[in-house]
Amino acid sequence: MDTFLQQVINGLTAGSVYAVVALGYTMVYGIIQLINFAHGEVVMIGAMVAFTIINALAPAGLPPLAVVLIGAGCAVPVCMLVGYSMERLAYRPLRGAPRLAPLITAIGVSIILQHLALMIWSRNIMAFPQIIESRTYFIAGAAITTVQIAILAICLGLMGALAILVYRTPLGTAMRATAQDPQVAGLMGIDVNRVIAATFVIGAALGAVAGVLFGTYYGIAQYTMGSVLGLKAFSAAVLGGIGNIPGAMLGGVLLGLVEALGAGYIGDFTDLCQYGFLAGAISACEGGGHFILAGSNYQDVFAFIVLILVLVLRPQGLLGERVGARA
Amino acid sequence: MRPLFDARARPWLLWVGFALVGLALTLLPFALAQVGTTWVRIANYAMLYVLLALGLNIVVGFAGLLDLGYIAFYAVGAYTYALLASPHFNLHLPFWVILPIGAAIAALFGVLLGAPTLKLRGDYLAIVTLGFGEIIRIFLNNLSRPVNITNGPIGIARIDPFSLDGFSFGTYDTVLGLEFSAPIKYYYLLVLVALAIIVVNLRLQNSRIGRAWEAIREDEIAARSMGINTRNMKLLAFAMGASFGGVAGGMFSAIQGFISPESFVLVESIMVVSMVVLGGMGNIWGVILGALLLSFVPEILRWTVEPAQHALFGRMLVEPEVIRMLLFGLALVLVMLFRPAGLLPSSVRKRELAERSETPVGHGL
Repeated sequence: MDTFLQQVINGLTAGSVYAVVALGYTMVYGIIQLINFAHGEVVMIGAMVAFTIINALAPAGLPPLAVVLIGAGCAVPVCMLVGYSMERLAYRPLRGAPRLAPLITAIGVSIILQHLALMIWSRNIMAFPQIIESRTYFIAGAAITTVQIAILAICLGLMGALAILVYRTPLGTAMRATAQDPQVAGLMGIDVNRVIAATFVIGAALGAVAGVLFGTYYGIAQYTMGSVLGLKAFSAAVLGGIGNIPGAMLGGVLLGLVEALGAGYIGDFTDLCQYGFLAGAISACEGGGHFILAGSNYQDVFAFIVLILVLVLRPQGLLGERVGARA
Repeated sequence: MRPLFDARARPWLLWVGFALVGLALTLLPFALAQVGTTWVRIANYAMLYVLLALGLNIVVGFAGLLDLGYIAFYAVGAYTYALLASPHFNLHLPFWVILPIGAAIAALFGVLLGAPTLKLRGDYLAIVTLGFGEIIRIFLNNLSRPVNITNGPIGIARIDPFSLDGFSFGTYDTVLGLEFSAPIKYYYLLVLVALAIIVVNLRLQNSRIGRAWEAIREDEIAARSMGINTRNMKLLAFAMGASFGGVAGGMFSAIQGFISPESFVLVESIMVVSMVVLGGMGNIWGVILGALLLSFVPEILRWTVEPAQHALFGRMLVEPEVIRMLLFGLALVLVMLFRPAGLLPSSVRKRELAERSETPVGHGL
């Protein structure tokens, strides 16, 4: 029973981060039907920028919380800029082109961002400095750290803020209108291009925060972390019903739970599993490999299996509406 | 295929052309060996990419199904060969037995991937295939326990080279005063296999099957109402593309002598997709051009950029590998932005991509 509760806590923590990343995918998909393949790389850039700043400020003796906040505060605008530029340069010219064209472009953008990050930060794994004193609380035999509590709280806060933004503000109304029908939205006086750019920027900002949280949770960041994280978050978005904001939140949390419970119980015959994230990362560093971070144990299979099962059995996702079979 | 010149008017020109290309292909390895055996190896890897790109072209170019996990079939072929011809299980079957088995197993995996994804739309399909590719790799990485099948991340070493009736592709021979090193032998084999696959591709393209694929790519519902069995045709595309990948994988295994899951990462799939996209989806010659360009240009860069950086800055600022990957990324983005049908577009595909569809209509957030 301890294992179960422990894995539920771990799963909720990871899942809430997936949910925040998934929001970035789902908002963009909802509005322009593009799988923004490069979103995972935006998350990675967020984590890398924040880690650089945090590592630089760590010896300065500022309070740890302030250091982390400054780090995140620098990461968010950088990612917003990245999000805006990729929309402007790579996706906007292709609006209205056949579906596969922007998808292929997105893959290209993802490769470019990843290798630019490699150029800037090298292959080394960046470690989170030991500045936060993590306290551990026990609930019915399962441990929960202050970091986990903070991550859960921040993710809940972000999701709440996004919900208010989308459902209660003029920009949110414009976004929903554009998602329903860009042409009619344009006729109603909505600047569709601006709304789409805003969507990318908001998604990127969420991604930046998620990157910082994810990096803080696992204590490391590397230029390859975005691809697997991105794929998982995308799976979460599909699980909840892509294009559907509550769906992305639900999907993220569910995926985190499935993964953690799966890993917790499969761990018996692959002893790397529970902390496989670290073990995989280290072996990738030593082998000089790519895309290995978090990629080398069965834990990562769950996301893909969930993705395939959802797409085969219920392509509209848990909360999504039935969409046409044809593009 | 776009005719380069009117062969019907002067049929002999075609044969002269074939003879010239044949001569060039025959002499190429010796010319490259003058520069260094490394370049023959590079040519071999380029040929492997040509095989892969041609295989993927069936799935992406002909049938219009974007497959981002294509390298999984390459992996299946490679591991099939490695397991059946290495000291790992102490099996040493001859290559002409294993390659068809590898192709068949890869085709089976192709159908396994295709069957559940038949109803998916293009972009969803892309992601599922990507997930499938990763699943295969993760299993290759982890199937060393509890029973050691794939030897995990360490990979399988000492894989047998191809050999036929005492003639081994792995050894050094001198015939008629010409030096045949192992890479040169494999080069000729690869050229032969590539030619065979090109012929199969050309014949497929204008066959009943090829036209059915084209119809599915253009409009699946219309194709079905014309009496095309879209399910079987799509599965066939997956199986055929996969089997080519499997053959290429087997050859890779033998040429390299060592394989590990490292060789079958997502980036490799994306590279093959880049080749197909850059060259021109659906056009065999374009795809070959794309594969050759994206194999050779990075290597040439590797040999020029590194010394240039040392000369200019005294140290290496940017690794050639990074430049290579940036090049792949840029190729994808720039081709899609400025030449969406690729460098050598297929005529049909060009028409198709030129038509801009209406603004997509969303479904609400």
